[in-house]
Amino acid sequence: MSRSLVRIAHEIVERNRGVDDLAIVGIRERGVPLARRISAELERIAGKGVPTGALDITLYRDDLMRQAVGPQPLVRSTDILFDIDNRVIVLVDDVLYTGRTIRAALDALIDFGRPRAIQLVVLVDRGHRELPIKADYVGKNVPTSRRESIQVRLQEVDGHDEVVIQPDEQ
Amino acid sequence: MTKSSSSPTSSEPVVVADAPPATRLKHRHLLGIADLTPEEIVLILDTAEAMQEIAHRPIKKVPTLRGRTVVNLFFEPSTRTRTSFEVAEKRLSADTLNVAIATSSVVKGETLVDTALNLEAMSPDMIVLRHASSGACHLLSRVCRSKIINAGDGMHEHPTQALLDAFTIRRHKGRLGGLKVAILGDLLHSRVLRSNVLLLTRLGAEVWVCGPPTLVPPGIERLGVKVTSVVEDAVRDADVIMMLRIQLERMQGAFFPSLREYFNVFGMTEARVRLARPDAIIMHPGPMNRGVEIASEVADGPFSVILEQVANGVAVRMAVLYLLAGGAEDEAAA
Repeated sequence: MSRSLVRIAHEIVERNRGVDDLAIVGIRERGVPLARRISAELERIAGKGVPTGALDITLYRDDLMRQAVGPQPLVRSTDILFDIDNRVIVLVDDVLYTGRTIRAALDALIDFGRPRAIQLVVLVDRGHRELPIKADYVGKNVPTSRRESIQVRLQEVDGHDEVVIQPDEQ
Repeated sequence: MTKSSSSPTSSEPVVVADAPPATRLKHRHLLGIADLTPEEIVLILDTAEAMQEIAHRPIKKVPTLRGRTVVNLFFEPSTRTRTSFEVAEKRLSADTLNVAIATSSVVKGETLVDTALNLEAMSPDMIVLRHASSGACHLLSRVCRSKIINAGDGMHEHPTQALLDAFTIRRHKGRLGGLKVAILGDLLHSRVLRSNVLLLTRLGAEVWVCGPPTLVPPGIERLGVKVTSVVEDAVRDADVIMMLRIQLERMQGAFFPSLREYFNVFGMTEARVRLARPDAIIMHPGPMNRGVEIASEVADGPFSVILEQVANGVAVRMAVLYLLAGGAEDEAAA
């Protein structure tokens, strides 16, 4: 996992010719620690810090009230303490699946201003898109069945790093 | 009974012993604090923490309740509560409908239920109701399809006020459990008092209530509060001083000799505030009667968080609207 993140950080620097005007935004929950790790790596490579923030997309979801049972998604705080106008925003999430989370994140980001561009980092792309969305930087492509579930666990949230593919038990 | 989070600005869930954190509300209406568990109260306060940030964005709006209609049905005058609900609804992108009593058919003799059923024929999703009769919200919850939010019913409850008060206290003190909260003023006519006592005792605060004996509701000590008519006893070493308005419009008889005498005996003055803890906060649900229950120097002084309460009210009401719109456990079961 850490090798993928280092490679992605190098690709970000290469594609953007440095880190000027760049900002990293992680999508809660697990995009946030990933964004911090990439940000630290960028600082090591480029020798200067990159503004890093956290985005909660709960209020932008398209499935409120469609799931009558189970826990309602908890609204967490969004912390974007910098101006996103005219910056290139690198959005970070753990798994890219249907693309609906990213759709919500794009809507949320655009409410904060007008970035020059938005690029997308995902640790795992598992396919099965339902929207025309594509990642710019991918840690690993993992072909899956829709019946499987894929979980990224991170040191900061879960105590250790791993990616687990589970067959569906239903 | 409860243990609370340590940092005043953190949105970390408060840990309540022996109960898992709530993930959704149990009931589809918000009729009173009496129906809420401590875990549900903490869920609302934590959700409000996240909502608070939206007020600082360039675009103060999220699309969460797009396409939902909320009716604000106010049978009593209100500035803060009505505008606060309206702002909260608009920040969540709901369509809002304000029914002001002076221009409605109620002046032609229509009953509450008929008014509500007629509004309901236009299929709103929620009705925010303020009414002079205790229990009006419970009545509507039985005849309406919409979700009912109590914005104050008579002398019964005003749940969103108590929630925003708790939110304000938690932001300043980092917790509710173990705090000494003194509530002073017109206890008899106050729905704010009832909701606050139910909420604060549920989360483990030590609540003192104080007012002239004529304005103390009989049996209030059964709610687990300490009762006194001596302001100094209530205020001494308090972490929070909450003033209640003298509700002249609800007073038919003579509860005290004069407003001036009331201020002398029960008014919150700087000298009395000094008896409280040095970091105490002064609260008032508004509207204030300056020089009756509270001196202007105190209302505008450094310990006053009265305007903060108003700002926090929007975030708390957004949290309530969001959580009710997301569906309650009793709907999933139905």
